[in-house]
Amino acid sequence: MKKFIAKAYLWILLGLLYAPLVFIAIFSFTEARVLGNWTGFSTQLYTNLFTGNAGGGSALLSAVRNTLLIALIASLVSTLLGTVAAVGIHNMKGRSKAAVQFVNNIPMINPDIITGVSLFLLFVFPHFSQGYVTVVLAHITFCTPYVVLSVMPKLAQMNPNIYEAALDLGAKPSQAFWKVLVPELRPGMVTGFLLSFTMSIDDFAVTFFTRGTIGLDTLSTYIYTDARKGGLTPELRPLMTIIFLLVLVLLVVFNIRQHRAVAKSQAK
Amino acid sequence: MIKRSHWSIPYIIFMVVFVVLPLLLIVMYAFQDGNGHFTLANVSRFFTDKDSLSTFALSLEIAIENTLICILLGYPAAWILANKQFNKSAVTVVLFIMPMWINALMRTLATAELFNVLGITLGKGTLLFGMVYDYIPFMIYPIYNTLSRLDKSYAEAAEDLGAAPWTVFWKITVPLSLPGVMSGVLMVFMPTLSTFAISEFLTNNKIKLFGTIIQENINSSMWNYGAALAFIMLLIIGISTLFGSGEENKAEGGLI
Repeated sequence: MKKFIAKAYLWILLGLLYAPLVFIAIFSFTEARVLGNWTGFSTQLYTNLFTGNAGGGSALLSAVRNTLLIALIASLVSTLLGTVAAVGIHNMKGRSKAAVQFVNNIPMINPDIITGVSLFLLFVFPHFSQGYVTVVLAHITFCTPYVVLSVMPKLAQMNPNIYEAALDLGAKPSQAFWKVLVPELRPGMVTGFLLSFTMSIDDFAVTFFTRGTIGLDTLSTYIYTDARKGGLTPELRPLMTIIFLLVLVLLVVFNIRQHRAVAKSQAK
Repeated sequence: MIKRSHWSIPYIIFMVVFVVLPLLLIVMYAFQDGNGHFTLANVSRFFTDKDSLSTFALSLEIAIENTLICILLGYPAAWILANKQFNKSAVTVVLFIMPMWINALMRTLATAELFNVLGITLGKGTLLFGMVYDYIPFMIYPIYNTLSRLDKSYAEAAEDLGAAPWTVFWKITVPLSLPGVMSGVLMVFMPTLSTFAISEFLTNNKIKLFGTIIQENINSSMWNYGAALAFIMLLIIGISTLFGSGEENKAEGGLI
């Protein structure tokens, strides 16, 4: 009985959480422009989405492209910058180390709107024109702290002597970095990269304040403008459905892999 | 050869330019008038302006209510998820945290559209529902994390010494899980206070929250007043992180 109530509670909560997503997914399979009208099963919206024709389809596609491109560049740069920084911070001591770690925490604690407004003022102050570059810089700002935090534990676990050994045996610092440090730190770097990538894709507020007026749209800002005009572009429905499924599959695969890894290390 | 502690220098320079300097700019703009002269007018305007104050009070109220509802609904869910007796599958846990990885704007919009189709009028009720909907995964996850890492021997010892299940729950499990609740509160409260867009969507622009008036001021080129409002929010963040210092980091570790 107890077990039944517990299970029922979980499933009711999950049902509520997923109702809007399921609702969007169902209505992605009909042609009606107005959400909530069912005019028979059709995959027309999916076709529109991928061919980029009809109702702002091409603007939507370019917003998706911008989102992915910005996320890719920002998370690559963040991973590199954050990993090198983590090595440095790991080797620092005392007050300066604490100070750097404190500043590193600031972008994570600050709500998006503060990060957004503060960077807006930074770019506006010297009349720096806003666009791709400013958005990417802003995304690097809020992504890198997570890379630093993901890499630091790996550094603590690592044997510090193997890097020295590589140098003693005649490796150039760059060789020692790529051949010794990077392979050791890779799991932390991958986690940092994935965190950065998802956060960059999810971001709305920071992009909103740093994209300027050149008409640069990411998926979030596109949705925002679209919703304010009233009436969502119907092609957003299949797009959202695809994103939901993609995220779900990725998370399940990732977690199963993690469980296996944990089970493996326990078996040893 | 470069000392390895110097590897952090590029990032330190980056942070000075993109983290420290921008925050100083908020303070600078907050205490300047349009001509760049020092003034307290922006900050005092907030404390004398009825509209700003009532918006702030409403945001605070919504943020507190949202945080409380998230704890009330999320704690039992986290407890059930962490309890091997009720839940053995990792997939259920993934289902609960999956929404964290989907654009909040998209989820909010889906919720608002569902309300529209069901004929529910958008207002404070739907705003609160939507907020809970958006933020409850951020409450469940850290609580689940602390609960599943709890050392079972404390509860077992209490049971052996004759404590009833309820007593064990209230005197052992709940106090030991408070760090998780604390990080959940940090991940729910501040973001709720600072959202814009979400409140617009969920109430059809009827209700404005604090984040919305910051955004409106900045977008209509009233940078000084917008910066003053952002400065006030910064103060609140400073105070609230002092109370929950350090919890944030633990919660972020291993979010996937």
